[in-house]
Amino acid sequence: MEFLSFFIPTIAANGHSHGGGSLTDVSDEWPTWSEIFETMALRAGHNTNTVILGTVMLGIAAGVVGVFALLRKRSLMTDALSHATLPGIALAFLVAAALGAEGRSLPVLLVGATLSGALGVVCIQAIIRFTRLREDAAIGIVLSVFFGAGIVGLSYIQANAASGAAGLNKFIYGQTAAMGRGDAILMACIAALAVVAALVLLKEFAIVCFNDAFAKVDGWPVSLIDLAMMSLVVVVTVAGLQAVGLILVVAMLIIPSVAARFWTDRLWLLVVLAALIGGASGYFGSVVSALLPRKPAGAVIVLTAGAIFAISLVFAPQRGALASLVRRVRLRIRFAGEHLLEFAYERGGAELSEADITSVARLRAWPFWMRPIVVRSILRRGQAVRSANALLLTDEGLERGARISRNHKLWEQYLTSYADIAPSHVDWSVDQVEHVLSDELIAELEAQLAARGIVVPAPTGERAAR
Amino acid sequence: MIEFDIGVDLFPLLAGTLAAITCGLLGNFLVLRRLSLMGDAISHSVLPGLVIAFLIASTRNPLVMFAGAAIAGVVTVVLVELVKRLGRVEPGAAMGVVFSVLFAFGVLLIEKAAARSVDLDADCVLHGQLETLFWIGAPERWVDLFSWSTLDAAPRQVVVLAIMCFLSVVFIAALFKELRIAAFDPAMATAQGFNPTLMHYVLMIFVASATVASFEAVGSILVIAMLVCPAATARLLTDRLRSQIVFSVIIAAATGILGYFAATAIPGLFDRGSVNAAGSMAMVAGFILSVAIVLAPRHGVVVRVWRRRRLGRSVAVDDLIAALYRAEERGMSGLSRAGIRNALVGRAADNALARVRRRGLVDEREHEIVLTPDGRRAAAALVRRHRLWERYLVDQAGLPVDHVHETAEELEHVDVTPAPAQGQGLDPHGRLIPDEDADLDGASAGHR
Amino acid sequence: MRPEHSADSPLSIHAMTVAYHRKPVLWDVDYDAKPNRLIAIVGPNGAGKSTMIKACLGLAPRASGQVEFWGESYRRARSRIGYVPQRESVDWDFPVSALDVVCMGRYRRIGWCRPVSRSHKEAGLECLERVGMRSLAGRQISQLSGGQQQRVFLARALAQEADLYFMDEPFAGVDAATERAIVDVLRELKSQGKTVIVVHHDLQTVPEYFDEVILLNMRVVASGSVNEVFTEENLHKTYGGRLTLLSEAAEAIARAAGGA
Repeated sequence: MEFLSFFIPTIAANGHSHGGGSLTDVSDEWPTWSEIFETMALRAGHNTNTVILGTVMLGIAAGVVGVFALLRKRSLMTDALSHATLPGIALAFLVAAALGAEGRSLPVLLVGATLSGALGVVCIQAIIRFTRLREDAAIGIVLSVFFGAGIVGLSYIQANAASGAAGLNKFIYGQTAAMGRGDAILMACIAALAVVAALVLLKEFAIVCFNDAFAKVDGWPVSLIDLAMMSLVVVVTVAGLQAVGLILVVAMLIIPSVAARFWTDRLWLLVVLAALIGGASGYFGSVVSALLPRKPAGAVIVLTAGAIFAISLVFAPQRGALASLVRRVRLRIRFAGEHLLEFAYERGGAELSEADITSVARLRAWPFWMRPIVVRSILRRGQAVRSANALLLTDEGLERGARISRNHKLWEQYLTSYADIAPSHVDWSVDQVEHVLSDELIAELEAQLAARGIVVPAPTGERAAR
Repeated sequence: MIEFDIGVDLFPLLAGTLAAITCGLLGNFLVLRRLSLMGDAISHSVLPGLVIAFLIASTRNPLVMFAGAAIAGVVTVVLVELVKRLGRVEPGAAMGVVFSVLFAFGVLLIEKAAARSVDLDADCVLHGQLETLFWIGAPERWVDLFSWSTLDAAPRQVVVLAIMCFLSVVFIAALFKELRIAAFDPAMATAQGFNPTLMHYVLMIFVASATVASFEAVGSILVIAMLVCPAATARLLTDRLRSQIVFSVIIAAATGILGYFAATAIPGLFDRGSVNAAGSMAMVAGFILSVAIVLAPRHGVVVRVWRRRRLGRSVAVDDLIAALYRAEERGMSGLSRAGIRNALVGRAADNALARVRRRGLVDEREHEIVLTPDGRRAAAALVRRHRLWERYLVDQAGLPVDHVHETAEELEHVDVTPAPAQGQGLDPHGRLIPDEDADLDGASAGHR
Repeated sequence: MRPEHSADSPLSIHAMTVAYHRKPVLWDVDYDAKPNRLIAIVGPNGAGKSTMIKACLGLAPRASGQVEFWGESYRRARSRIGYVPQRESVDWDFPVSALDVVCMGRYRRIGWCRPVSRSHKEAGLECLERVGMRSLAGRQISQLSGGQQQRVFLARALAQEADLYFMDEPFAGVDAATERAIVDVLRELKSQGKTVIVVHHDLQTVPEYFDEVILLNMRVVASGSVNEVFTEENLHKTYGGRLTLLSEAAEAIARAAGGA
């Protein structure tokens, strides 16, 4: 017996075996440029087009609906919801078969999926409401128990139904290529529904997502609006089941909206962007899977969305990781420069020698790369000029140093003399606050300190040191 | 009724139960730290770790697989944390993004491996292959199991699961105190010199390893079910972590055994083929949980409803005898049935009456209900408490005099009595507060 | 002794008890607001100040008692009531601008399914102007300081054009400029004949800012005009020592009723 036997390599029918080899050892047949172009331009034949259009529609619908799930903080509820559809599918199949109908008819299965998905959501709410268990546990419970029931149902059908469960498995992993004309039309209708609902009810959804207590006092039927949002999620989930499968449909709901959030602070734009990202993921996913063998569309769609997310996470202008890194570094360099000015002011004298800079750098624990950048930054700001020794502070630089020095003292005084109220501010370290105090705040600090008879002298009087 | 064929049933049962116990044990800390869904995320995202480990090392060596899975588990945790921090994404959404992308990656890799004639079955990842663990040449009799050959015959999965289970028990037993404090109060844990972040990662590595160990046998779905359900059930049954852990292990074991037989035996009763055992275990876990929700001793729905009804009943009894006492104060000897019904508007007056008669607190004579001496003592204690509360509410809480009756009406049924003020024998309405002597026998009416 | 409940009173609370999970947190509140006053609810932490507001607005469950607005039920009077929730109660990283939030106060007027028209945006801008925030109308709300966020909430309540306002800790953790802006708005509302009920935590400013005060500690200790009620003795009653017996009884009730 081997461990994890489903990983056992087996000799394929064609006789050649691959034991090892690197990850890049791909035997996929690459499509030609013309094939790629044809597929992308929707000229690769009716079936392919249907699949592409269907997944694009699904992507749009999921993107739009996902925004509200995200804003209502229900992203993972959709995960439980999609897993909870499986027992409904199995049961619908069995019931339909028992009644003599065609068990595999899509509408029947989707009705079953909708009902059990909705039941799953109700169970989550009930567990949170009536027990001491928290939301995370409730979601985990519903997700696994319902899915387990679904697996039992499928295996029962497999073992006992005359026709077997063939075809029901596709709801787990999805079978995009099998999407027919009717399915694509269904996707289009659902996308239209989602878009229209988002357009018409944007304001209502927004107020409930942002501040449900206010909405309630304002007279909006919060539970009804919640129900409308949740129903949209259910509809999109169920529609996405057979396209991308119940595990990955969650990704289509969550990822586009999270990715879009990086690029905008406007709600309507967020909805539009999420729709675009969802649609684009659907498009690329289905094109790639049409061109390359053994690339399941669901996975490619999700990976496309994931790539867009990763790009957004790193490169988005305001909220992106890179942007905030740059901001932080800039701030740190500014602070470091101001520490230099402060040092010069407090010692008295406008000259800063190399040794002075070194001692400040050591005191403030600058990393090695910061020193030249800091020096350049205060030169650029016009706070100092180059001199024979090293730096000579300008009037502006000295003044800034004086201010920083005074701010530092003010804040320290505040922290020590107002120990009773200051604790809410102690996490602002003195070294940072001194750089960011606004004039208004400084005036307030002065007033508060004056109330206790503490006066921190104004800096101008000490400038004689120069 | 249930046939147990050692060859067919022993190892699947063992594998399922061991997986259930391992996950159930670890799940306690996930549920406690509100990280249940981290288990969900890890069990999904371990998939690419496994496949990559296999593709790189081209071996099915369990250690390689565990390394792959543990790395994938840690990567998941780190990625979720990164996405949360860097992108200011809310935790649920961050988890959703990370695990679904990783899972999609895993699915793609499986397909790729399949292209290279490696038979990977994505379905197995979800619902396992318990049924394939049969033992060819198994002994017929139980006693024959106690030999070394049993160990030799045990499939790799069972051995791995047993080791994993043992390690988890050791881990939790050894670090119980640290885990508890890290879960309850991370700041305090840091102050005491434990590193809660490190604990977190170690726990996650264990979860990831348990996931891999359980993967082939029971599939990821049972892993999630077992990480959450037994711990959640135990949490409903007890308030103490130690007993919660013990309960969760018992529940997990019961789930494994019951689930397995439910899958193999029940369909057989109806002449049907057996169903997927892992799924059935998940269902049993859900069933046990729902039983606990309804029947748990302190937090169960039934107990709460019953407690509320009992409270309602004892309140009715209290009110009844208090009404009689007040009638006596007004110089009447008792009340008619109609008068009682008036005093207990909207409640089952006849039931309450039957109950107080059974307890010998009242007598009925010539269409009039009167208090017995016992009843009078009980009623006096009650009215005393009522009036003392009225005094308290007026004197201490400063409520208006014409208002305190309703509130005191509620408070008189509670086991808390304000101390009588010095030299004040009257309530705010000027009525006498009965002496404590009346309560000498401690025959407090009704309540409890 | 007991206030008379009358129909021209913007808010009458009669014998209201509020319980969370069956544990009473507010006992037997009886209160009658006089029209056109600025009213502060004052009391120690955990005294049930926010709970009182929430119970009036139907956001917290009332165990017993009635609340009426101008002699009518909450449902009928709803269009005349404005609300400023606690600032911490929402996620300020929500993708909307300050003006969008203020316009939420107009949604009821706009009605179902219709977009926010230009005239409503104008009205929203005017409300922002009144709290001195017009220049920041387009700012995303997470980019605002705490005080500015509080002023946005205030502007949203102004946009509701209500006659009775409930404000939950509007002065908590705000800067001096915001405090002044809020006080100005309160005075302005008063001059327009409106009534404002404010949960307040700063005892020093009560006489300066408010006409009336409700001293609260699990029950109404005293209520009435600041001159009469805001006395050393009453404050001592409110803050000095909790009614431990009452808390104990509340716990006992919760236990007996089998709360969650």
